[in-house]
Amino acid sequence: MLQAPVLIAASLLYLGLLFAVAWWGDRRADQGRSLIDSATIYALSMAVYCTTWTFYGSVGRAAVSGIGFLPVYLGPTLVMALGWFILLKMIRIVKANRITSIADFISSRYGKSHLLGGLVTIIAVVGIVPYIALQLKAVSSTVALLLGYPDIVMLPRSPTMSVAADISFYIALILAAFTIVFGTRHLDATERHEGMVAAIALESVVKLVAFIAVGVFVTYGLYGGFGDIFEHLATHPELQRLTTAIPSGQGYTGWFSLIVLSALAVLFLPRQFQVAVVENVNESHLRRAAWLFPLYLLLINIFVLPIALGGLMHFAGEGVDADTFVLTLPMSQRQEGLALLVFIGGLSAGTGMVIVETIALSTMVCNDLVMPLLLRHRRLGLAESKDLSGLLLGIRRGAIVLILLLGYCYFRLAGEAYALVAIGLISFAAVAQFAPAIIGGMYWRGGTRGGALAGLLAGFVVWGYTLLLPSFAKSGWLPGDFLTQGLFGIELLRPLQLFGLSGIDEISHCLFWSFLANIGAYVGVSLLRPPMVAEATQATVFVDALQETGPIGAVLWRGRAKVSDLQELVGRFLGPARAEVAFAGHLRRHGGRQGDKQEADARLVQFAESLLAGAIGSASARVMVASVAKEEPLSIEEVMHILDEASQLRTYSRELERKSRELTAATLELREANERLQELDRVKDDIMSSVTHELRTPLTSIRAFSELLRDDPRMHLPDRERFLGLIVSETERLTRLINQTLDLAKIESGRADWNACELDLKEVIEQSVAATSQLFREKEAHVDLDLPDNLPQIMGDRDRLIQVMLNLLSNAAKFLPPGSGRVRVVLSLLADGLQVSVTDNGPGIRPQDQELIFEKFRQVGDTMTAKPSGTGLGLPISRRIVEHLGGRLWVESVPGEGATFLFTLPFALQHELAVGQHEQPGQCGGRG
Amino acid sequence: MNKKILIADDEQNIVISIEFLLRREGFEVLVAGDGEEALAKVRGERPDLVLLDVMMPKMNGFDVCQALRSDPDLSATRILMLTAKGRDTEVSKGLGLGADGYMTKPFSTKELLAEVRKLLGM
Repeated sequence: MLQAPVLIAASLLYLGLLFAVAWWGDRRADQGRSLIDSATIYALSMAVYCTTWTFYGSVGRAAVSGIGFLPVYLGPTLVMALGWFILLKMIRIVKANRITSIADFISSRYGKSHLLGGLVTIIAVVGIVPYIALQLKAVSSTVALLLGYPDIVMLPRSPTMSVAADISFYIALILAAFTIVFGTRHLDATERHEGMVAAIALESVVKLVAFIAVGVFVTYGLYGGFGDIFEHLATHPELQRLTTAIPSGQGYTGWFSLIVLSALAVLFLPRQFQVAVVENVNESHLRRAAWLFPLYLLLINIFVLPIALGGLMHFAGEGVDADTFVLTLPMSQRQEGLALLVFIGGLSAGTGMVIVETIALSTMVCNDLVMPLLLRHRRLGLAESKDLSGLLLGIRRGAIVLILLLGYCYFRLAGEAYALVAIGLISFAAVAQFAPAIIGGMYWRGGTRGGALAGLLAGFVVWGYTLLLPSFAKSGWLPGDFLTQGLFGIELLRPLQLFGLSGIDEISHCLFWSFLANIGAYVGVSLLRPPMVAEATQATVFVDALQETGPIGAVLWRGRAKVSDLQELVGRFLGPARAEVAFAGHLRRHGGRQGDKQEADARLVQFAESLLAGAIGSASARVMVASVAKEEPLSIEEVMHILDEASQLRTYSRELERKSRELTAATLELREANERLQELDRVKDDIMSSVTHELRTPLTSIRAFSELLRDDPRMHLPDRERFLGLIVSETERLTRLINQTLDLAKIESGRADWNACELDLKEVIEQSVAATSQLFREKEAHVDLDLPDNLPQIMGDRDRLIQVMLNLLSNAAKFLPPGSGRVRVVLSLLADGLQVSVTDNGPGIRPQDQELIFEKFRQVGDTMTAKPSGTGLGLPISRRIVEHLGGRLWVESVPGEGATFLFTLPFALQHELAVGQHEQPGQCGGRG
Repeated sequence: MNKKILIADDEQNIVISIEFLLRREGFEVLVAGDGEEALAKVRGERPDLVLLDVMMPKMNGFDVCQALRSDPDLSATRILMLTAKGRDTEVSKGLGLGADGYMTKPFSTKELLAEVRKLLGM
């Protein structure tokens, strides 16, 4: 079933499916219902990082160096976990400035320089073309392998094969056509490609599924699980070295270099920049991608080692290339369906990379290489053309075809020289050269165009000399002499042992020297002169990207331009209709009128420039806008002044916000304090009102009786005596009320005097009962005492406890039924103290009143006779006394069956510990 | 016919003094010790005037006043509120509920008599 027609049909069907998804994604984008506005799709699109290099090459590398394939995935994982803020800042900058590519990014940062953009483009193209070649090689060699089915034939590709007969040439053409359809389908040449991203996300799923399917097949089909593979390994001693942590000959330097290199690659590879930064829909997606993308990398790597070991053991001595194990293992077991799935998975990995990379590169070639040249040399010709959007797309399509053909040529010429992984690493090292200019540009204001140019050039040259040229030499293109003898026979210039540095692998070697040259030149040249106007402006835009600020560019523009001129300019690149819509929208939002004579304000000029930047890159956009506007150049002093003002303004506004927040907080606090005060006031008011009421009531009787006596001198003697007696008892009540109020206030405020000493509670109770015996005798009540001897002493204040007992006893007496009253006082021993209970057989207290009676002035009894003797303060005072002594006072009662008041007091020892030395037992020695 | 007055107050001594005062002036006096009793006695005995204390058990003076005023049969009954809480809000609340007069404790017996006579139209 694996004949050519089937393969072609399956491939075309799959590509058709991708196209359908892309078409759907674009359609949804046009309708404003973005299909890719999802963190998961964003993370999956980032997995375009995994190319055929991962799909086939990881196993190849694992077959040589064990877990040496891992660092290339550890780097991205580290970046996502720890360096996501760099990505976030890049996203902010790109969105604010409508940056279209990594070349545009660097060019924009250093004053919108055409030269820089061009250099970055050239480096990227030179660095990436081998990588594209790698994908072509992988796809075509898998096709060749499958066509040999059921045999597994490792065919060395014949160099004499004609281009017309070469299957990879057609693959390159198909991919070019496909990329054109994906990337430049729209007539408007904007930077976003939603459909492409949706298709890429799907490809990521397909390649993951395919790889895991092979992994499961090998691990659990061919062998009996991970353990089984490692057991079989025992019979292959030559493979043992693959399972050690870091195989000899690779070294920690190599690991470190690979981790750094891949960390930079995942940020700065054009395709990664495209999907992670340019195509980002919503920066909050970064949060999920920060763990989902590393998880993806983990999943796609789980089965790498088992497949590698399985393949090595299975094909031992058969000379099967380890890079093909993923495909050849299923083939060897006649698993045709699985083999086809693997092929499609590999196709996904390859096409995904090629499509995104080529789109990103073609944008760079168009905006940063071709357009600047056209603008320079054919300015007049361009000016005559009314609509250039067609030209833009044409350039991009041409660039796509050219890049893929370059890839094909490289594949034809050098493809056999190196294993897959080596080509990938050469590309990684090339794009790593962008790191100083980009990271420096985002965090250091001092970087200049000259510095960036010098750094990039130096890094690029060293990279070419230490990595690219040796790879050419190894391919037999160049005489190998300079490898062994150094350039011009100077030994210090040997490319793989530059200046005598040896003992590390060539990637680490290249990384060391290229970064030394790159960073040294970047910083050194930047420090030669202070930034110029354009550089300083862009430095602020980039370095302060994470701060909340308006478009700084608009502040820094002074000149005259007509709205109609700007709109016509934009229209030439984006199409008149789109320009019309965009301008109308902007003017509606920010005010201003369309028309021939209207002067554009700085904001509109900035808007027009950013629209253009999205289509032709920021440097060209700058040139084009300058061509229609009369601009007044600002001096560096003016720029610095304005920037300074802007930053001061930001500082002021932050300060103002902070102050305002503080003010709000203070207001809130004040309000709360006021509420607390009002609450206190209300409580005080209530108490005052209660006290007043309690004072006025006896005063009322006293006044009334006094006036009656005064007005009627001839009043009967019995009445006179009765009234005078009532006056006296009411004054007693008043006195008691005043004393108790003051007493309670003292206890509550903590100013009461306490004379703590060890005392015998039994004695206190007996004394209190004796003092109240008259009350009970009057009511003819029986008092029953149950007071055991020899109970432990407690710590307390004798007078206060007598006060509590008197209160409870007189309360009981008050409510006893006349004639049949019974009161029982019990002293008992608890685990940690003593308990006293006073039980009466009065009417009892309703459950809802049982807490109320401990509140001030709350008398619940309604007997008219008993009322005058109570102040409503006795129980609240008693409770506070007991609580102060470390105990508890409460009531238990069933209405109709009497009430029991109980209180507890802790033992002397415990309480002494709690009270400390302030209340000396010795002080009350004489008071007993 | 002698005017009939109900004293509703839970303070025994206050009741004793006012009762003595009013009887001496020739009024017929009834006594109630709480709000519910007061309401029952007004309905049963139809006094011409009620001296109504505010802070009473079971039912406070305001509630009694409101109950009396919502009964059309009792609209002729005069109500004089007596309270030991002399705040303005208390006074206006009592008058708002339909009391005819308001006196703050302690009061002068002369003023009380004058107010009683005024309310009874004497």
